Amino acid sequence: MASRAEVCVVACAEAWRGDGEIAASPMGLIPTAGARLARAAFEPDLLLTDGEACYVAGNWALGQPAPGPVEGWIPFRSVFDLVWRGKRHVMMSPAQIDRYGNANISAIGDYARPDRQLLGVRGAPGNTVNHPTSYWVPRHLPRVFVPKVDMVSGVGYDSARAAGRVAAEFLQLRRVVTNLAVLDFGGPDHSMRLVSVHPGVTVDDVVAGTGFELAVDGTVPVTRQPTAAELRLIREVIDPDGVCGGEVAG
Amino acid sequence: MTIGVGGWGSRRKPMCLVRAILRSDLRDLTVVSYGGPDVGLLCAAGKIRRLIYAFVSLDSIPLEPHFQAARQTGAIEVTEYDEGMLQWALYAASCRLPFLPCRAGLGSDVLRVNPQLRTVRSPYEDGTDLVAVPALPLDAALVHLNRADAAGNAQFLGDDLYFDDLFCMAAEQAYVSCERIVPTAELATAGRHTLRVHRWMVTGVVEAPNGAHFTSCAPDYGRDEEFQRTYAAAAKDPGQWARFAATYLSGNEAAYQAAVAAPRAVASA
Repeated sequence: MASRAEVCVVACAEAWRGDGEIAASPMGLIPTAGARLARAAFEPDLLLTDGEACYVAGNWALGQPAPGPVEGWIPFRSVFDLVWRGKRHVMMSPAQIDRYGNANISAIGDYARPDRQLLGVRGAPGNTVNHPTSYWVPRHLPRVFVPKVDMVSGVGYDSARAAGRVAAEFLQLRRVVTNLAVLDFGGPDHSMRLVSVHPGVTVDDVVAGTGFELAVDGTVPVTRQPTAAELRLIREVIDPDGVCGGEVAG
Repeated sequence: MTIGVGGWGSRRKPMCLVRAILRSDLRDLTVVSYGGPDVGLLCAAGKIRRLIYAFVSLDSIPLEPHFQAARQTGAIEVTEYDEGMLQWALYAASCRLPFLPCRAGLGSDVLRVNPQLRTVRSPYEDGTDLVAVPALPLDAALVHLNRADAAGNAQFLGDDLYFDDLFCMAAEQAYVSCERIVPTAELATAGRHTLRVHRWMVTGVVEAPNGAHFTSCAPDYGRDEEFQRTYAAAAKDPGQWARFAATYLSGNEAAYQAAVAAPRAVASA
C-alpha cells in the first residue's frame, strides 16, 4: 500500500512522461523525487542536475550528494540559455494559483507594500513563456487556489493570450499536482480541470479546497498507484528515509 | 549611486565590502542584486532607496527577513525583474546598447508593476512585440572571488561564476575582494577557464580572507549555516537584532572576523 506522499511522487513523475531529452527542473522535495523517479522508471533521456551547476547521470537519494557521473556543466548563465531555448520542463511551487494558471511566488497583498513578501518572481515569467511548466502544491487550500493572484509571476493562459503571440506560442502549463489531486488546464479556454483524485480523496474535498470554479468532466478517476518497481525505486533509492512523508501526511 | 553586487542568493557574496558600506556614510543607494544577505544587511541599515532584483533568498532559508520587513513596511522602492531580464539589463549596459529584446516578462505582472518598461516591435517579417529590457549601467560593482592577482585579474574556483563578470563590465568602476592575492603565475594552474574577470574590468582589488562569510565561497569554504540561522532568527526581532549588530557589526572587518571566530574557539575548547 502506497502512502499519499508516494502517490504524489508518482503523480509528479508523470508530469515529465513523454518529454524526452530535455532538462527536468523540480523545485522542492516531492517534485525532485518525482523527476528522479520519472527518469529511472519511464523517461530515461531526461537531464537532471545535482542541484548546483552540473547535469548528472544515475539515481540517488534526496538530501545526499549526487554520485554522478557528471554529464555537463550548467552554471546559472547556461540555465538561462536553456530556458530561452525551451529545452526544459520546470515544476514550481506557487503561493497562489488561479483558474487559468497564473501563479504567484513574489508577494501577497498590495504590491506597493505587501502583507507578506515572498521570494520575488525569480525566473517564473521567463520559464512559463519559454517552456513547459507544472506546479506542485503541498496543501490544496482556497488561499492557494484563488480567483485572482496578487502578482502574476508565472504566466497563465488568459494573461498570455492578452499579451499576444510571443507570450503564448511556447506556453504549456502541463499539470498541477497537489496533496489531494491532479489537475490540468483542459477545461474551457484552458481553465483548470480536475484530472484525478488521490486514493481516499473525494471530488468534494478538492472542490472545497479550490477558491474558483473547477472544471469537472463526468466521473473523476482515482490517481494511479505506484507500480511495484516504482515503489522499490522510491523506498530503496530515492527516499530511503521517508522525508517526502514529512511534506504530505497520510 | 547605483551599486551592483555579485554572487547569487547566499553564495559568494562580497560581504566584507557590504559590511564596509554599512560602516560608511553612503545612503540612498540603488542596489542591483541576485539578492541574499547582502540585500538584507543593506536594508536593515537603511542604506537602500531602490532595489533592482529578481529574488532575495538565503537559499537554505528561503525568505530573507530584513528584505521582507523592508518591503512590508514600504521602506524601499523596488524594480522587480525576471532573472533573465536582469541579466539582459546588465548585458545591455556592458555592450553599451540602450536595451535588449526578450520574451521573459510578457504576460506577467512584471510589466504591470514596472510601467517604465516598454515593448519593441521586431523590424523583421515576424513583426512581433518583445520586452525591451533597458540597459542598467552601474556606478560600481562589488564582487568576491576566490583568487586574484595584484593587477585585478580574478579567478573563480567553484562551480559557478554567477554573473560577476557581467556586473563588472556593466560598471563604471568594479571592485574585487578575494580570499587570497597570489602571483599572476599561480592563476592559470587551476585552469584557464577559471580566469573570466580581467584586470581591464577591475578598478581595485582587496585581499579579504573569509570575506564572503557567512555566504558560501566554494571550494574555500561552504556557507556558515549555523551563523546564517542565527542571523535570520535575530533579524525577526528588533531586540535580538540590536544584540546581533552590537556583537558582529559594530567594529571593522577584523573585529567582525574575530567575533565570528570567537564562539567557535569556545565551542571547540
